Amino acid sequence: MALTRREFIKLTGLGLAASSLGMLGFGASGVAQAAAVRPFKLSRATETRNTCTYCSVACGILIYSMGDGAKNARSNIIHIEGDPDHPVNRGTLCPKGSALLDVVHAPTRLKVPRYRPPGGTEFKDVSWDFALDRIARLMKDDRDKNFIAKNAAGTTVNRWTSVGMLAASASSSETSYLTWKVVRSLGMVVFDNQARV
Amino acid sequence: MTNTWQDIKNANVVIVMGGNAAEAHPCGFKWVIEAKIENGAKLVVVDPRFTRTASVADYYAPIRPGTDIAFLSGVMRYLLEKDAIQHEYVRAYTNASLIVKDGFTFTDGLFSGYNEDTQTYDRSSWDYELDKDGFAKADDTWQDPRCVINLLKQHVSRYTPEMVSRICGTPQDKFLHVCELIASTAAPDKAMTSLFALGWTQHSVGAQNIRSMAMVQLLLGNIGVAGGGMNALRGHSNIQGLTDVGLLSNQMPGYMNLPTDKETDFDVYMSTRQFKPLRPGQISYYQNTRKLFVSFMKALYGDAATQESNWAYDWLPKLDIPLYDIIKAFEMMNNGQMTGYICQGFNPLQAFPDRGKIRRGLSKLKFLVTMDPLDTETSRFWQDFGPQNPANSAEIQTEVFQLPVTCFAEENGSLVNSARWLQWHWKAADGPGKSMSDIWIMSGIFHRLRELYRKEGGAFPDPLLNLTWKYTDPISPDPEELAKEMNGRALADLTDPASGAVTKAGTLLDGFGQLRDDGTTSSGCWIFSGCFTEKGNQMARRDATDPREQGIAPNWAWAWPANRRILYNRASADPSGKPWNPAKPVISWNGTRWVGIDVPDYTPTLDPSKGVSPFIMNDEGLGRLFARKLMAEGPFPEHYEPLESPVENLLHPKVKNNPAARVFPGDRAAFGSPDKFPYVATTYRLTEHFHYWTKHGLMNAILQPEEFIEIGEVLAKEKGIEQGGWVKVTSKRGVVVCKAYVTKRIKPLSVDGKPTHVIGVPIHWGFTGQARKGYGANTLTPSVGDANTQTPEFKAFLVNVEKTSAPVAA
Repeated sequence: MALTRREFIKLTGLGLAASSLGMLGFGASGVAQAAAVRPFKLSRATETRNTCTYCSVACGILIYSMGDGAKNARSNIIHIEGDPDHPVNRGTLCPKGSALLDVVHAPTRLKVPRYRPPGGTEFKDVSWDFALDRIARLMKDDRDKNFIAKNAAGTTVNRWTSVGMLAASASSSETSYLTWKVVRSLGMVVFDNQARV
Repeated sequence: MTNTWQDIKNANVVIVMGGNAAEAHPCGFKWVIEAKIENGAKLVVVDPRFTRTASVADYYAPIRPGTDIAFLSGVMRYLLEKDAIQHEYVRAYTNASLIVKDGFTFTDGLFSGYNEDTQTYDRSSWDYELDKDGFAKADDTWQDPRCVINLLKQHVSRYTPEMVSRICGTPQDKFLHVCELIASTAAPDKAMTSLFALGWTQHSVGAQNIRSMAMVQLLLGNIGVAGGGMNALRGHSNIQGLTDVGLLSNQMPGYMNLPTDKETDFDVYMSTRQFKPLRPGQISYYQNTRKLFVSFMKALYGDAATQESNWAYDWLPKLDIPLYDIIKAFEMMNNGQMTGYICQGFNPLQAFPDRGKIRRGLSKLKFLVTMDPLDTETSRFWQDFGPQNPANSAEIQTEVFQLPVTCFAEENGSLVNSARWLQWHWKAADGPGKSMSDIWIMSGIFHRLRELYRKEGGAFPDPLLNLTWKYTDPISPDPEELAKEMNGRALADLTDPASGAVTKAGTLLDGFGQLRDDGTTSSGCWIFSGCFTEKGNQMARRDATDPREQGIAPNWAWAWPANRRILYNRASADPSGKPWNPAKPVISWNGTRWVGIDVPDYTPTLDPSKGVSPFIMNDEGLGRLFARKLMAEGPFPEHYEPLESPVENLLHPKVKNNPAARVFPGDRAAFGSPDKFPYVATTYRLTEHFHYWTKHGLMNAILQPEEFIEIGEVLAKEKGIEQGGWVKVTSKRGVVVCKAYVTKRIKPLSVDGKPTHVIGVPIHWGFTGQARKGYGANTLTPSVGDANTQTPEFKAFLVNVEKTSAPVAA
């Protein structure tokens, strides 16, 4: 019988060990062995297609998460592996991609907005409203003070050079487009990304 | 990349120079192995180190960091001298026969038009002789000494094998063997692919390194064909996308440029961009620039962008200098000219040169905002971490916001890979704690600012108040809506003049061919037009079917432009439309139209007998062996030494370095000389780490836990440095104390008769995450960039190294 990889995983992982393995021709000893093995844990996980966040080969990955999205059931990522259907990586991953799960769950993942006042020696947790209100205030005060509407020759130039931004190379193109819109509508020109490093 | 990852398997020769794909792009590198096994390809590696790529190469040649142009100019000389070029291709598809202006000269290291005071060129002489109709003059017989091919021959004549060897330290026999392998692909049915990365870009002559190989590829007829091309192996998962969408100081989406102060109004701006064909009958696609620009302004400002308002041209900021790049930004910070800085998923304290200068710059800001999934060094620059980050927090007056952001696994959206594929990905889980998406945060800042301007007024709020924001959820716009906005829509009913077909107002466009310059279409990024049509999200396609298994997979995701997988593919066929390589055709002319496995990079029904050349984005329609005015330091590549170099420039001692390099005075004062810093250092990445991210993951922190340098056995012995012993590495800018890995993989080179040692400096350690604390390679690196792009010169600089004792445990 022809089985795709997905079907094989489903078949062997659904607690139908005896009958399905027998059908696959593993024989009696295989059946006994399979009965002792716990069900394949990914069979109950949700599979999500994604792309490795590191280099630009852009290997296809499959992310497995548990938690069905019901209210109060927060989904948790339990496994990441290469996508065998992907035409470039065909299921393989490198030493970086193979360890993606460790970065998703790194102890240094940030969980709460933090703020450090002038001269402060520690970060303190703050609310999103505090952080974004304060950032908007700082930006507006500086923009109002330093915005250049016309240059010395009287040409309209509408630029702002005293606040700058670096944009993320691992964020999506949709994020980058929205970022471009916000940044340029403010007249910001000190604007760059990781293309060079 | 001009081609795809899988297409590498079609190559006959794979040259890896300026990169180390086996370690930096392992899953893409499999296609090199495929080429070796299935296509009998030869892998050639030219690198200062015997890398893992070199370890599986058919031939390896060493080279001194920063001398690639000398090597490749020597290759060009070899090809021209041995007549190992693809003649018909070079004649029909390159500018070899065009005649260059009389005023163009090259003397003692300088091209015509140099201004020593400004260290820039007046480039007006770097162009073609024009006839009375404004077309470039040509001599198809190549007899005229001023035609490009003859000027090129003359220019590269100095790069003899002896000279190449003296400059590069590559033994002559090895250089000549590499030349021979490269030359084998001049046959019309043979192809070489060039795979490169930061090993070429991170030099003060980075862009010219790449141009040199592009010229080699044009001479060999290797552009546009299966298994050929110039393949930049880009580093980050969406750095191609960030570049495409124009998140660079002088860019707009789709490689349009932000206006400069000199472009005082819209008509002036347009006048230098709608390139008229420079040869009769050529396509010169940028004649359509007005359509692309107007459609973009409609996406940005909607009804406020009108004919009367010049499509809101004045609302775009104008530039008074070529670039406000990162090196410039930190110079401004150090000069007290900047108030605030926002780092979205970017860690400049680790990533940019002269770490001390970066730290001092950040300390002068009034505020710093970091948006990142991880606890970055940049967000903690103000905190004392001992010698790896000395800081007196009380003295640093910068307000710092550390904003937690979701990561790739926690969002929907598209990423553009190295092969220009836009691949959609899906969210698998929520982010941890209170982390939020970049989209939510940027929207939050935008809404607050807009509200403040509505309430209080202030400096020129019009662009902010009129920015289009018609999203179902304005607080956190759906990535699909943003993708559709980039794709573009009809704003009125559009009638196709040829077919009479009507595209209804509001309909998503099928491609940028539908864009108009009268305000009836919008598109936020014209090169992405076609990625999200009425047929659905093309980026989410997952049909891996590959006609003839030639590495195209046209229905997997979507590639810009127009789902074209191999750029310049018209050049895969001869002038009559027959494929150069009948065994691996890409497109061909069937008598009525162009057919094949890829979307033609050409008008689909354009008869080859019309003589329209394949490089349709260039005004002359030809591949450029002579770059006209487009490069800062000259229309031909020339060897200039890195800003920090152990030797003089053997070709022209008076012009040692790139004469067009922008060097700030303080940075120049921080360059070291070879008497104090006698060794050439080069930075690189390890296969176990990705920049400064993976050290936050336990597995990668275990695999490569601590900072080290690589040093050759000869130098180690000379300096008494043992395997795993401690060393102190110094440049004029800083000190790194770490362990030494003594290796056979770096051998001393003989440069102009003198032994030259190279030291390898992997970049991955800092003071946050799970690996051990490190000083960071950028403690050592010089603050100078490529003259065109300002990419920092991380690949060639000077250091000293000494044995030291283990640091006392803190």
